[in-house]
Amino acid sequence: MSAVLSNLIPVLVVVVLVWALVRARRAPLWAEAYRRLGRNHIAMAALAVICLYGLVAFLDSLSWKDSRNDDPKSVIDRVFARPKERTYSAPCATMTTGEPHPRPLKGWHLLGTDGVGDDVLYRTLKGCRTAVIIGGFTSLIVTPLALFFGMLAGYFGKRVDDAVQYTYTVLVSIPDILLLIALLLVLGRGLPQLCIALGITSWVGLCRLVRGETLKHRDREYVRAARALGVSHGRILLRHILPNLLPVVIISVTLGFSGLVLSESILSYLGIGVGPEVGSWGNMIDAARMELAREPIIWWNLTAASVALFILVLAFNIFGDALRDAIDPRLRSS
Amino acid sequence: MLRYIVRRLLYAIPILIGVSLLTFFLFYMSASPEQIARRNLSAKNPTPKQIHEWLAQHGYDKPLSEQFRKHITELFQLKFGNSDATNQPIWERIRTGAGPSFMIASLIFVAGQITYICVALGVAYFRGTYVDYWGTFLCVLLMSIVYIVYIIGGQYLLGKVLKYFPLAGFRGGAEAWKFVMLPMVIGVISGLGGAVRLYRTFILDEINQDYVRTARAKGVSEQAVLFRHVLKNASIPILTSTVQAIPGLFLGSLLLESFFGIPGLGSLLVDAINSQDFAVVRAMVFLGTLVTILGYILTDISYALVDPRVRLE
Repeated sequence: MSAVLSNLIPVLVVVVLVWALVRARRAPLWAEAYRRLGRNHIAMAALAVICLYGLVAFLDSLSWKDSRNDDPKSVIDRVFARPKERTYSAPCATMTTGEPHPRPLKGWHLLGTDGVGDDVLYRTLKGCRTAVIIGGFTSLIVTPLALFFGMLAGYFGKRVDDAVQYTYTVLVSIPDILLLIALLLVLGRGLPQLCIALGITSWVGLCRLVRGETLKHRDREYVRAARALGVSHGRILLRHILPNLLPVVIISVTLGFSGLVLSESILSYLGIGVGPEVGSWGNMIDAARMELAREPIIWWNLTAASVALFILVLAFNIFGDALRDAIDPRLRSS
Repeated sequence: MLRYIVRRLLYAIPILIGVSLLTFFLFYMSASPEQIARRNLSAKNPTPKQIHEWLAQHGYDKPLSEQFRKHITELFQLKFGNSDATNQPIWERIRTGAGPSFMIASLIFVAGQITYICVALGVAYFRGTYVDYWGTFLCVLLMSIVYIVYIIGGQYLLGKVLKYFPLAGFRGGAEAWKFVMLPMVIGVISGLGGAVRLYRTFILDEINQDYVRTARAKGVSEQAVLFRHVLKNASIPILTSTVQAIPGLFLGSLLLESFFGIPGLGSLLVDAINSQDFAVVRAMVFLGTLVTILGYILTDISYALVDPRVRLE
């Protein structure tokens, strides 16, 4: 059941993204942003890279069983799985390394193998899905939560505002990493737990932003006009204020995505991220931490994981910046 | 001013109460004490008697209200009791660990801020040129590298290949600086990208102001404009982001200390994670919160000192 659920999440993330992109294209508010973004070639390249990672995650989530007793295998498993070797081997090598007597390998490994003989390329690709789940699912938890509380606090003010502000001041006062450690120790290791814990620490920033923006819009003429016409509070919030908040929220979520993916690898390194059975770049980096000190040095494991992570985060950073410039030129950083 | 400080300190009390409520809920109510006991007892299948003894020893067997009172008094009097895993007094470990941790964190903080501001001013000086463009791009590249890679790569490059610093370890006293340098350099470089990019925008926000144009019109040199007029005004947003970086120092010390084997608070916390030591984590969360809240109060006070527009009411 949980396997089905965790496979649904990446599919859901991809579907939501595609739906949002297609829908936004038609709205006049976004058409201009689309044109500006389309002219930015670097941003388009970054978007292509993000889509590529999304595709790998998507393919890794499409899995089926060959026979009744097998574990389900995903498309990535079927295409990239390689025979297990005895121990380390260098990229494209034919013999193992790190043994007194090197033995010939069973198969060919583009990026070599790690300490237990698993193919590094395969493990790196498996990390994509984990990263997309962490970033995407956490964003899916965080965004509605932050929007709900932020808009309530900003719109109604007074008691509601005090309560929401108090809650997030308390959460902000605890250093993120300490709160994450506490949450993960109590909840236990695992992918859903990690997403929940990251959600709890990261909704605050977005909530603050939404509250501030809502405060700005609350007294604008268009909201007053709506109120004078007798539009209900709920409808004002959903139909009038929410569309005006979306640009800021989308920018913030896109830029926050890379932070979430980076957090995963740090937490896995500390031994409280996803469990060891889940392939993730953090686990790979954790396993490789002493490999540079070996003789001969084992660099491919660390390099593969950190380069995969680096490219995804870089793509999100570049795309997020370009998105900000395209959607709202006033927010431009330069 | 004094009234302002006192009032600001009083604001911290409800927040501390909130934090202690949250930690209580987390540590006492969301996981059953028996699970904690099972994880902590070294025997594979502890007998019910063993579990019960462990619970009694660590005070998890009392009713919740009693535990809550103990939890609150412990935290507010800073009596943290004994560790769940090793049964040593937690204060002892914190006291011995605070020295190295504080040394590294403060060095990273001070050296980092100076470096970041200087580099940001340099980049802003060349604004609109290729130096600026590629500098900003480099910042984005640096931001995209995960902290651990800085640590592993930095140790390999600076320690193993170039042999500038000892690889790992720590010794107190006069030799401490040797062991602190490598973590410090890595800590500073790892924050470079994000900070420089942020500070650059703060500086550029100021550079288009009227007073800057006036200063230039009066014939003040570009360097003087940048370093005297702009820097002073840009220091206010920089100050805010600096204090917001304080909680981040915990992450830095956590990773750096555990990797380089420095016996500080970070290593204490990593040990606590590995041995599922809830008591130590609880104490560290509370201490970390205290430091952070103190940081926020200090920012507010320094705002009032630096910026005459800030009213104390």
